[in-house]
Amino acid sequence: MTRLLAVDALWFGLIVCAIGGIIAPIGIGRGKQRDAWIAVAQGAVYANFALITVAAGAMMWALARHDFSISYVAQVGSRATPMFYTVISLWGALEGSILFWAWVLALYSVGVVWLNRKRPGLLVPYASAALLAIALFFHVLLVGPANPFHLVSPVPLDGPGPNPLLQNHILMAVHPPLLYLGYVGMSVPFAFAVGAVLSGEITNADWMRLTRRWTLTAWAFLSAAIIAGMWWSYEVLGWGGYWAWDPVENASFIPWLTATAYLHSVMVQERRDMLRLWNLNLVVGTFVLTILGTFLTRSGIISSVHAFTQGTIGYYFLAFIAIVLVGALAMVAGNSDKLRAPGKLDAALSRETVFLLNNLLLTVFMFTVLIGTLFPLVAEAVRGVKVSVGEPFYNRMTLPVMVALLFLMGVGPALPWKRGNMDDLKRKMLPGLIVAAMVATIVVGVGAKSVYAVLAFSFVGFAGTMNVMEFVIGARARVSAHAERFGTALLRLVAGNRRRYGGYIAHMGIFVAATGIAASSTFRSEGEATLKPGQSMVVGKTTARLKDVWGREEKQRSVIGATVELVRDGAVYASLTPRMNFYPTSQQPIPTPDVRSTPFGDTYMNLMSFQQDGSSATIKVILEPLVPWIWMGGGIIVLGALVSAWPVRKLA
Amino acid sequence: MNWRRAALAAAAAAPVIALLAWGMTRDPKEIVSPLPGRNAPEFALGVFAPGEPPLARKVGDTIALASMRGKIVVFNFWASWCLECRVEHKDLSFVAQQNASKSVQFVGVLYNDVPSAGLEWIGKMGGQAYPSVLDQGARTAIDYGLYGVPETFVIDAAGRVAYKHTGPIPAALLQAKIDSLLAAPAVQSPAVQSPASR
Repeated sequence: MTRLLAVDALWFGLIVCAIGGIIAPIGIGRGKQRDAWIAVAQGAVYANFALITVAAGAMMWALARHDFSISYVAQVGSRATPMFYTVISLWGALEGSILFWAWVLALYSVGVVWLNRKRPGLLVPYASAALLAIALFFHVLLVGPANPFHLVSPVPLDGPGPNPLLQNHILMAVHPPLLYLGYVGMSVPFAFAVGAVLSGEITNADWMRLTRRWTLTAWAFLSAAIIAGMWWSYEVLGWGGYWAWDPVENASFIPWLTATAYLHSVMVQERRDMLRLWNLNLVVGTFVLTILGTFLTRSGIISSVHAFTQGTIGYYFLAFIAIVLVGALAMVAGNSDKLRAPGKLDAALSRETVFLLNNLLLTVFMFTVLIGTLFPLVAEAVRGVKVSVGEPFYNRMTLPVMVALLFLMGVGPALPWKRGNMDDLKRKMLPGLIVAAMVATIVVGVGAKSVYAVLAFSFVGFAGTMNVMEFVIGARARVSAHAERFGTALLRLVAGNRRRYGGYIAHMGIFVAATGIAASSTFRSEGEATLKPGQSMVVGKTTARLKDVWGREEKQRSVIGATVELVRDGAVYASLTPRMNFYPTSQQPIPTPDVRSTPFGDTYMNLMSFQQDGSSATIKVILEPLVPWIWMGGGIIVLGALVSAWPVRKLA
Repeated sequence: MNWRRAALAAAAAAPVIALLAWGMTRDPKEIVSPLPGRNAPEFALGVFAPGEPPLARKVGDTIALASMRGKIVVFNFWASWCLECRVEHKDLSFVAQQNASKSVQFVGVLYNDVPSAGLEWIGKMGGQAYPSVLDQGARTAIDYGLYGVPETFVIDAAGRVAYKHTGPIPAALLQAKIDSLLAAPAVQSPAVQSPASR
């Protein structure tokens, strides 16, 4: 019953998307009964949302009820798995994640149509059609190779449960939805670009304004998703790191870089009417990169911890990428004549210049990561060897770009639009440079050896000071002009120009996160020892004593754990229990590290191996300063984006 | 719309699409083990599960690879928490019994597990025909470059790894490997490894 309802909903959704995404735009283009066709396209958006909601709801219902007659439930469900993880396994495997993707896309589409329902012109109708055309692809997957609603007969009594890595931590409830909201959200700017080209509004600046807020929203979700993913990997994977330049991490990061570039360069277009073509490229490129990233993770062509099960779905994605890539390139190139921007760069010393440099660096960054990700494929195609591109490549290539970006984040706010003045700039930058010098001295003093670490810390000091000064100078001006108290002045300053100050808040988030990353990678110390109960090991100033090794049977897994006490002056001040979880469906035990977090840093502990008779255990202890700052920074980035993107409330 | 330029730009996508399409024909997970054809890493491990007559060994006995020269050794890594191990369990015991009279020794290795759970599992699965040993600290697993369980190594009479199998091993395949080694003992050139069946 549930199954039939869902399958019907998916098929109807497919038809609705085909009508709204392919037939309606042709109708709108011909101009005969244009209004009727517009109504069809927009109605299709609502209808599709309703239908896909039925399908996704049916899946969650089936998961919750352990309806193993449905193939996806039989694949990821298990009576032993806690209900929470059962329901969120909606996005835990391939078919469910495609269903969830289609649902998020439908949600965004409804948002686009509803929020712009009063906007005249053909841009939004065409954009709705573009979104439906994208949705059509996902519907094809859902009724074809990724159909999660196949009938299983005979009905199994129980299932294997979700992938162990996905039921091991609460962040699994957070990271994937955020990622989909970010990733899928990038479809909206792309749809607006298509709408702008088809409606002819491409030469008019308004579509960029529309696009900017949607990009910012998706960007905020994507930023949060990347940070949550880092956190998840840190808490679950057991190697004490949060970023490994894994192809799938890269896949989420590459479009983030182009979207970040766009959020900056769009300001240059709005202020100075430059970079029209470039911005269109960034919007289109970001979307193409999200699809490419999805392809890389879903097709299994690149080895990664995140790889989904393989199947024919890769070929569908390949076809989709081909269509999107060819279509997008043709669209941008074919319209490039219309996009010659009248604006010109007035002076080298101006905020525009900093934005241009920022875009250049972000683009270089993007290509570096993209090339590193695809290189194994190229190497195997050209030379027939399997290679893997790892941290050394990325660190060497991207660290200079990262520190340069940090530096620019301090220079940009200090420069005015159009034309700056060297003397003003020097005067404004002086406090920042003093802080930078102080930070560099301290960091070298505590023993940082890498040039990039010193540069990163001191540029964070510099740029952080410069961004804080923007708030201070602005608020002080209000204090003297309106006789406000400083706190009030600060709030009103931000409220009065939320876009600008939201951006600065997001910058602060980057600085906080960058400090955490630089500190934890520079001042990390670790030790590993095989201990008998009662024995201790010392790492840095931390003494860890093994209390015991124990085993426990749980409903869905068996657990081996070690209780390790942290000791200072003979007294126990904390106790950690790193574990290994054994799930029947996994060929490997799932390490479950334990982390003790303080604002100054983490004590990270992992159970590496254990004697089968419980007589000893090998424990790895990693001390990582300031790691929580990374998660905090992520929160601040999202706050900044919210401040910036929240719609202005019209005064009654 | 400038169609000439549009066509040129679209053509630029061709190499990227071609590369991705070619990538679809590859399996990045297929990593060839260097072990087949080389001497099998030595081990000497204590028996925790005796197996059944005639293949039984006393609990606490040490089984060492060095003492089994001249015999074909089937070395199978398993764990009680491993679902796929259940798939191959009956096949392994069956092939072990079939070859009981021949010069073939089956050894199970418990991987990342506790002996009590291993014994309970063997009981639940209806017994295991051959003995299983404990791999303290997973050292032997590391020597053999274990990727996951189950994995099976077939070692020839000269102590060389003749074949490695990843995932559940089917009875017919295992028997064929054993037969080919029995037919051409010791002096044969190392068997060609077939791709991992995963």
